[in-house]
Amino acid sequence: MGANAGMKLDSMYQEIILDHYRNPHHKGLRDPFDTEVHHVNPTCGDEVTLRVKLDGTGADAKVVDVSYEGHGCSISQASASVMTDLVIGRTVVDALKVQEEFLHLMQSKGQAEPDEDVLEDAVAFAGVSKFPARVKCALLGWMAWRDATTQVMEGQK
Amino acid sequence: MTHTLPGLLDTDAIRKDFPVLSRTLHDGKPLVYLDNAATSQKPKQVLDALNRYYEMHNANVHRGVHVLAEEATALYEGARDKVAEFINAPSRDEVVFTKNSSEALNLVANMLTWADEPFRVGPGSDVVITEMEHHSNIVPWQLLCQRTGAKLKWFGLTDDGRLDLSNIEQVITEETKVVSVVHTSNILGTVNPLDAIVRRAHDVGALVVVDASQAAPHVPLDVQALEADFVAFTGHKMLAPTGIGVLWGRLGLLEELPPFLGGGEMIETVTMSASTYAPAPHKFEAGTPPIAQAVGLGAAIDYLNAIGMDKVAAHEHALTAYAIDALKSVEGLEIIGPDTALDRGAAISFKFGDLHPHDVGQVLDEQGIAVRVGHHCARPVCLRYGVPATTRASFYLYSTPGEVDALVAGLEHVRGFFG
Repeated sequence: MGANAGMKLDSMYQEIILDHYRNPHHKGLRDPFDTEVHHVNPTCGDEVTLRVKLDGTGADAKVVDVSYEGHGCSISQASASVMTDLVIGRTVVDALKVQEEFLHLMQSKGQAEPDEDVLEDAVAFAGVSKFPARVKCALLGWMAWRDATTQVMEGQK
Repeated sequence: MTHTLPGLLDTDAIRKDFPVLSRTLHDGKPLVYLDNAATSQKPKQVLDALNRYYEMHNANVHRGVHVLAEEATALYEGARDKVAEFINAPSRDEVVFTKNSSEALNLVANMLTWADEPFRVGPGSDVVITEMEHHSNIVPWQLLCQRTGAKLKWFGLTDDGRLDLSNIEQVITEETKVVSVVHTSNILGTVNPLDAIVRRAHDVGALVVVDASQAAPHVPLDVQALEADFVAFTGHKMLAPTGIGVLWGRLGLLEELPPFLGGGEMIETVTMSASTYAPAPHKFEAGTPPIAQAVGLGAAIDYLNAIGMDKVAAHEHALTAYAIDALKSVEGLEIIGPDTALDRGAAISFKFGDLHPHDVGQVLDEQGIAVRVGHHCARPVCLRYGVPATTRASFYLYSTPGEVDALVAGLEHVRGFFG
């Protein structure tokens, strides 16, 4: 990272974020999947196509796989990568709790103390919450995952 | 570094009129404002005119016989005179004040939605636009077509960012009722050959609407020379406040076509069952208009006239040529749009390696450099050139070669940051 960058900018572009941006985890669309969604950020043109594969139903439902393809800025790409690490292998109930914690962090305008035990690498996005124009970037993949997962769960009823 | 390019204005003097341009950001970095295609900064002369209006003359217009009401009306209508002269309109009654260009374009589309013959748009008729329009010159026409059953057609783009008019006779036909086209693209910078389009459209009896949002602030605009039927532009891109725009239309058309918004000011007489309407332009100005904003637009026009629009155009042309050369020297940078200053405005969009424009813009911001990133309300252009978004630098009369140099240096910093 450039030595001359200011404090504030460094607080957004954490090294963890840049690492996920350069080497995204779980990227690429995979089979099998239960549902696929496409989300866009209308103000900037960022897009993500995301698939989820669940196993089991109700409270036992588990996230087996999340795969995605899209284009967007480093924040949106890194956030999607971190999200897949956090939700794959968890029960849907637990994964939704992580998603809510992340949403809370992003809506905190830099004021929240992120819980590293819950959010792990996603705590790196705390600085992004100080940049209102970029919050939607960080949330794009998470909201797509939530939407897809909700659709599958609703379909099971 | 100092630069002497032929045609440059005395920006040292001009910049003193714009208080915001002396701001520093992020621990003392001077503001480099390169987002002029989104909105321009405002000179003291415009800000003073706004203040003076509110401090000394504020009243509602066209009603009341007291001194303030008469002064406010004279100032508001005086601004209309200034606009009419600025665009060489044959009559001041052809100048309709709107909120912005979007409202002006929506106004035309809505006049036509409700128009009788010979202007009626319906099944079997075509509306023609282009692939390089701002969303404000796409969506109103989509709505018109959905509401009337007309068909929307458009001109495509060439690889080098120009309109593809090779099939003009197939696109504009006897079925075409209206052609709406941008004068200067806000994303590509392209200045379009309107002559050919106007000639073909009028040959088949179609109306021509020109979106001059990126032209009125930057080049001499002569609506008589354009020979279009309607011309839309907005004040805030030409040193005036937000909230004031202009629709110029041929007087005969403004008299014939129906009003859109109803309310105070636009009527002649009202009974409980029906109304008759005021003559143009007031027929299209329902409700209390943006009075102070119109006064501010008048002051902006005075400011631009004092410099001379031909000189503004020459300054921006020289600066654009310099910027294109400088940007081409940046490794990995690809200009989206014409890569020469010929028939081109002062907005330059580009791709920078694989970096997303959001990231480019954010790191430039940290250096005090304000550019626009995104699809610039012209998403079809991004789709056409296979990019999700672009970074756009756009200049105005106060922009300098030094700011172009700052942008180039800033981009090198961006490369290092993500490298």
